[in-house]
Formats: sequence, structure tokens, C-alpha cells
Amino acid sequence: MTTDAVRWHQKVLPVAVVLAGVAVLWYVAAVGLNAAGAIERVLAPKGAYTTGDLISTTLNMQRPVLPAPHQVATDLWSSMVDWPLDSPRNLLYHVAVTAESTLVGFVLGTLLGMALAAAIVHSRTLDRALLPWIVASQTVPVLAIAPIVLVILGSLGFSGVAPKATIAMYLCFFPVTVAMVQGLRAPQRIETELMHTYAASRNQAFWMLRLPSALPFLFPSLRVAIAAGLVGAMVAELPTGAQAGLGARLLTGSYYGNTVAIWSALVMSALLGLALTAAVAGVEKLVLRRRPR
Amino acid sequence: MNGGRVRSALLALGLALLAAIGLWLAMPGEGAEPAGWMTPAFLATLVLAGWSVQRTAALDGQRWLGTATAALFGLWVLFFWQIGVTLYQVPRVLLPAPSFILQALVDRWDVLAGDFVQTVLKAVLIGWALGSGLGFAVGVAIDRAPFLQRGLLPIASLTSTVPLVAVAPIAVMWFGFEWPSKAAVVVLMTFFPMLVSTLAGLQAAGRLERELMQTYAASYGRALLDLRLPAAMPFIFSALKVNATLALIGAIVAEFFGSPTVGLGFRISTEAARMNMALVWGAIVVAAVTGSVAYALLVQLERRIAFWHPSVRAAA
Repeated sequence: MTTDAVRWHQKVLPVAVVLAGVAVLWYVAAVGLNAAGAIERVLAPKGAYTTGDLISTTLNMQRPVLPAPHQVATDLWSSMVDWPLDSPRNLLYHVAVTAESTLVGFVLGTLLGMALAAAIVHSRTLDRALLPWIVASQTVPVLAIAPIVLVILGSLGFSGVAPKATIAMYLCFFPVTVAMVQGLRAPQRIETELMHTYAASRNQAFWMLRLPSALPFLFPSLRVAIAAGLVGAMVAELPTGAQAGLGARLLTGSYYGNTVAIWSALVMSALLGLALTAAVAGVEKLVLRRRPR
Repeated sequence: MNGGRVRSALLALGLALLAAIGLWLAMPGEGAEPAGWMTPAFLATLVLAGWSVQRTAALDGQRWLGTATAALFGLWVLFFWQIGVTLYQVPRVLLPAPSFILQALVDRWDVLAGDFVQTVLKAVLIGWALGSGLGFAVGVAIDRAPFLQRGLLPIASLTSTVPLVAVAPIAVMWFGFEWPSKAAVVVLMTFFPMLVSTLAGLQAAGRLERELMQTYAASYGRALLDLRLPAAMPFIFSALKVNATLALIGAIVAEFFGSPTVGLGFRISTEAARMNMALVWGAIVVAAVTGSVAYALLVQLERRIAFWHPSVRAAA
């Protein structure tokens, strides 16, 4: 077999089969879950109905318990095509709002985490006094303090992107710091001693040895961080006041009982998460392309 | 040489402690203006405290010294938080003093205990056990179906990049405002990490050991029970630990989307809206302690069960 055929059989086919299975299950579940409502609201008043009527009604309801995949797809598509990009009815507008605060927070959190990691590696005091707390913070639901951050920044007069980006930032900060400290300590003793024999300064050793060897540790943590930052940005959009963003969209959808809108927002946030992670993975490939695996 | 270090650490600690006690005694009463020399005194104590942490961190030797340094740092942060907030009369909305948070914890412990039962004992514990159990069961079930593994694994790995907690509004519609909807979110969030880890763990047994099993003519089930599941334990425990944090986050955030009038997430979001920050911080302390204790318990359990594994022995 050619490599393409192997790839097809080993990777693409199984995933496609599983996805198709999920779609079939979804349709079956949609018929099952919506049947009661469909009979009560649409079919029973009209009198007799066939199984075909029942199935087609359940899959095309106004407010289904579980919308069928094609309903979600139609809603997504029409929201992107029928409205201008700056209209709050266009989902891409909400994606842009959420992506903006996620990315701003991600960049700031990453820079902060890398800087603190560099400080920790060079200072025994920070290493022993601060690092244990940062490591321990990973067992704590830090996302829970998001409402506090919103209240504090709100009463200091910040609004718009700043509070959301701050929450995304501190969520990104913790994993990046921990992984970066690990990475900066990754060089073997023999390599640090080689730098020593070259009479390299601490600064040179940092830029030429420690930082490059930290990159394979940094990138996995960046993927974790951007996913956490997205959740943070969406949660920050929840409290009343946030009019835009995927989180606000989810909340208004549940407020009005518009299930199709909730599912569209959910699918859109999943796609945004995948796109952001893919972007990080792309940068990783570009930066580490010369490295032997 | 180490004796000199110990002496200088003790000296720094003693001086910082004296300064801290002095600062504490000189604190003005409620509402009174602080004296003009308080700010320099505050800064001087801050420097002394920093010096004491630095001297303690420089000590070598016993393992507990590392923990002690971190604990000392944490205590100083609490101390200066308390003194700074009172001295400069920071509004309570911005940052309540630790004493107020403690007060809220003590005064409203019945409310917080109810929230703990609702969120942790119902939603988190049940959701975590169900989600992890299901992930493990599915992982073992598809162990002999490589086709399904190759199909599920990429999808399961990708879910870590998707904000799964956003299904909370749907869960509320399906299962109502009570805890089952939160448990459902937790099940979804914890299922995939466990599935991925179980599949990885089942591949972890070495080739040599597997061939030994084969020479014993061990059946598939015997080899699974005696070799491959024990070898998978570190993977399973790391998923359990990750899931414990994920479950807490999932339940608390799901409560932001709608909940009955009890629960840690409900408490945090409504009391924050009412600017009752001391109670919000109290709820967060409860959540943080729960997360740390759960993690510590899982580490202990891992030491009991997988005591023989090199990764556990290296840590002990």
C-alpha cells in the first residue's frame, strides 16, 4: 500500500466512521427527545399522522429539546451570511469579540509567565517562596475568582476588553509559568558546563541555551493556556452587562429558551477553540521545524 | 559555613518578627487617622520580611525547609494584606482584609456548608466519579478494538481545546436547575481526559512483561488484570487528579449559568453582584481548600495503590 492509503486506513477512516456514528446517534436522539413535544404541539391538534410526519416534524421544530445537526448548521450559516459582520446577529461578530479578549489575555499572560519563570530560575528566593504556591494553584479552581476580578476592575472604572482579558491573562499565566520553569531547567549539566567553559555570561547562557531548550516545554503549555483563556473570556462575558461575545450569546440563548441559538454558539465556541489551538500548533511547528524529533 | 547561614536566617526572622509585632501594636483604631511615620515603618517591615524570606530560602539541608520557606512567604503575604488594607483604608469592595474573610467564614459557615454540600458532595463528587468511571470503562472496553481507538482518540484529545463547560445552559434545560445538571457538565468534562489517559496507560506495559505473560499462556483477562491495569495506574491517577480540578471548575462555572439558591458558584456570582466581597472570598477559600485536599487525598491513594511504581517511589 502507498503511504496515502495507509494514512487513509489508519487515521482518516476511523475518525470519519466515529463522526458518522455520532451524527446518526444525534439524529436518533433528536427524534426521540423531540417526539413528545412534536406530538403535543404540532401533530395532535391536526389529528392523524404517520411516522414519516413525526420524524420530519421532530427534526424541524422551532424550539426543539435537541436541535438536529442540519438545523444548527443552517442557523450558523444564515447568521454568518444574512447579517453584516458588525451586526450582533452575526455569530462571527461574537467570535471576534471573544477572540480579541482571549488573545490579548493570552499574549499578556504568556509574557508575564515567561518573565516570572526567568526570574524564578535566577532567584533562589523566588524559587523556594513563590514557585510552590504557583504549582499548588493548579489544584485550585482559580476561574472561580473571575467574578471578583470583574467587580474590582468594574469599580476601578475599567470596562470593555480589559476585565475579560485580565481573566484570560491570569488563567494563561499559571500553566505557562510552571512549564517554563521546568523548561528553563531542562538543559543537562554537561551543557551548562560547556557554556561555563566558553566563559558565557549568565545572560548569554539564558538566551543561547536555556531559552531554546525551554521551547518544547513551553508550547504544550501554550495550548493548555489558550484553551483556558478562552473559557475565562467566555465566563467573563456572563454577568449582566456583557452584550457581545460567545458567552453572552449562550446566556441570552438560555434566557429566551432558544435552543438552536445555544447550540450554534456552542459549536462556534468549539470551532474557535480548535482554531486558536491550531494557530498555536502552527507557530510551534514553524519555530521548532529544525529540531530533530 | 551553614552555621553562619542559619544564624543570619534566625537574625533576619527575629528582626522581621519584632518589626511586625511593633507595627501590629501601633495600628490605629477603627476609623482613626494613622500617624505619619506609619508608612516608613510599614515599608521597613516589608523590607525586613523580604530579607527573612531570602535568608530562609538560602538555607540548605532538610526537605521541610522548602515547605517552611513557602509557608513563611504565605504568612507574610497575609500579614501585609491585613495591615496594608487596614492602614490605607482600601474599600472592602476592592479587597476585604483577611480578618473579614475569616469572619465571614465563621459567621456564615452554615450557608457555606450548605453550598459545599450542594456543589462538592452532590455535583462534583457524583459527576467526577461517573465521568471518570465511564471514561475508564470505555477505555478498557475499546482496548481490543484498535479501529475504534484510532477513531475516538483524536476526537477525545481535541475536546481538551473546546470550552466544554459551555454546555451548561443546555444541561440546565435538560436536567433542571438542581445539581444533576451540574453533575452532567462535570461528567462531560471529566470523561475525555480519563478516556485518553486509560488508553495511553493500557499501552504502557513493557514489551518484555507482555511477552512474559504470553509465555505463561495468560489469557487476555489475566494479562489485563495482572499486568496492564497495574501498569496503567499512574496514568489513571494523573487523570483523576486533573479531573478533580476540572470537576470543581465545571460545577462552579455551570452554576454561574443558572442554579437553585444554593451552591458555591451561585454564592460567588450573586454575592459579587451584591458587593458582599467577604462572603465571596469565603466561598473561594472553601473551593480552594476543597481542591487542594482532594488533590492531596488522591496523591495519598496513589501512594497506597501504586506504591511499587518507579514514579511513585521516586517522589517518596
